[in-house]
Amino acid sequence: MTRNEAYFEFLLRLGDNTLILAQRLGEWCGHAHQLESDIALTNVALDQIGQCRLLLSEAGAIEGKGRTEDDLAFFRTEKDFRNNLLLEQPNENFAFTITRQYFFDVFQFHLYSELRNSSDDFLRGFAAKALKEVTYHRKLSTDWMVRLGDGTDVSHNKMQEAVTTLWPFTGELFEKTDADTMLIKEGAISDLDTIHKKWLAEVESLLDEATLTIPETMGYMARGSRQGNHTEYLGSILAEMQYLPRTMPDAKW
Amino acid sequence: MIETRSPEIQKIYALLEQVFDPEIPVLSVIDLGVVRSVELNNSGELTVTITPTYSGCPAMDTIERDIKTILSENGYLTAVKTSIAPAWTTDWMSEKGKKNLEKYGIAPPAERTTDKGFLTGKKKEIRCPRCKSMQTEMISNFGSTACKALYKCGDCKEVFDYFKCI
Repeated sequence: MTRNEAYFEFLLRLGDNTLILAQRLGEWCGHAHQLESDIALTNVALDQIGQCRLLLSEAGAIEGKGRTEDDLAFFRTEKDFRNNLLLEQPNENFAFTITRQYFFDVFQFHLYSELRNSSDDFLRGFAAKALKEVTYHRKLSTDWMVRLGDGTDVSHNKMQEAVTTLWPFTGELFEKTDADTMLIKEGAISDLDTIHKKWLAEVESLLDEATLTIPETMGYMARGSRQGNHTEYLGSILAEMQYLPRTMPDAKW
Repeated sequence: MIETRSPEIQKIYALLEQVFDPEIPVLSVIDLGVVRSVELNNSGELTVTITPTYSGCPAMDTIERDIKTILSENGYLTAVKTSIAPAWTTDWMSEKGKKNLEKYGIAPPAERTTDKGFLTGKKKEIRCPRCKSMQTEMISNFGSTACKALYKCGDCKEVFDYFKCI
């Protein structure tokens, strides 16, 4: 594996995470329980799309085959997507959406905080910018975790169900491939183990405050996205998202 | 920022003062702080570097087009470059821009990002742009565009936008 291949894989993973999460959040547009939440979730989606455009554009440039951000977003199939399984999980209800968001916001927050010290110019600049946005996202999801977790019996039970269901998808966020090992060695990215420790410390303390419990999984964590193996949900997300550009490839806005 | 600008560059900045954020039409791209540099080479070709407020700011394409339009109408062959580093901050908004924002009904950023109060959750005081009361309360950190939060005033009871610090 060359340095550019490793870097391409890493950028693709970050970019696909933001793209698939934004697509999921967009499904809430016009459906949230109150106007403020509706606007907040779509604002977060817009920030993720903005980050996605920067990441996939850079990935295309690094790959050097002339693929644009749109080529990468709309003309790859499921097997080529590298987003974490967590992000493609369905919205279900507001408790699930917020829990998925919270797990990911804390991950993005610590990942980007570390990437501000990257030896790579693009990653350093990107992380400093995106971190400002993620800081607001993390505040939003953290507040809701506590408010609903330590809320009524109904809200607590829904939140606990979401935590129990989504927890097994969190381990994969920190899984290292050969590409990661190469980039860590070079100083372009931080060790994912370090980020995992920070993530775990923050999440454990917050779940405790929110009176929620981490489920016992006997060490099991779902995995597969690093090799392009996804849950059944990604296919239908892509079908909807890619329909127009695939039907009319030269359509312009 | 202290710099000396040639009369020609000053003229270009004056033209850019006439390009407004399409979503906040009282804020020029200069007052907003998104124009990072203006360079004129010996062949008279102009390069304007802009930076997005938020990564996903949907106004960037319009801003780029408007900059090219006004400069080409004034005889400049212009390229517009986008740069993300250093990251845009509300600290770059001009005082005139902040005054215009408040007159328009949007509370301007109330602090410097170096205060870090916005990160630690320290309560900050936001003035109602309508009745100037300080008895205001945040409704949501997310508003009608990526750069704004939603507040309400305890005195005049109106809801208003606040341009949040980043």
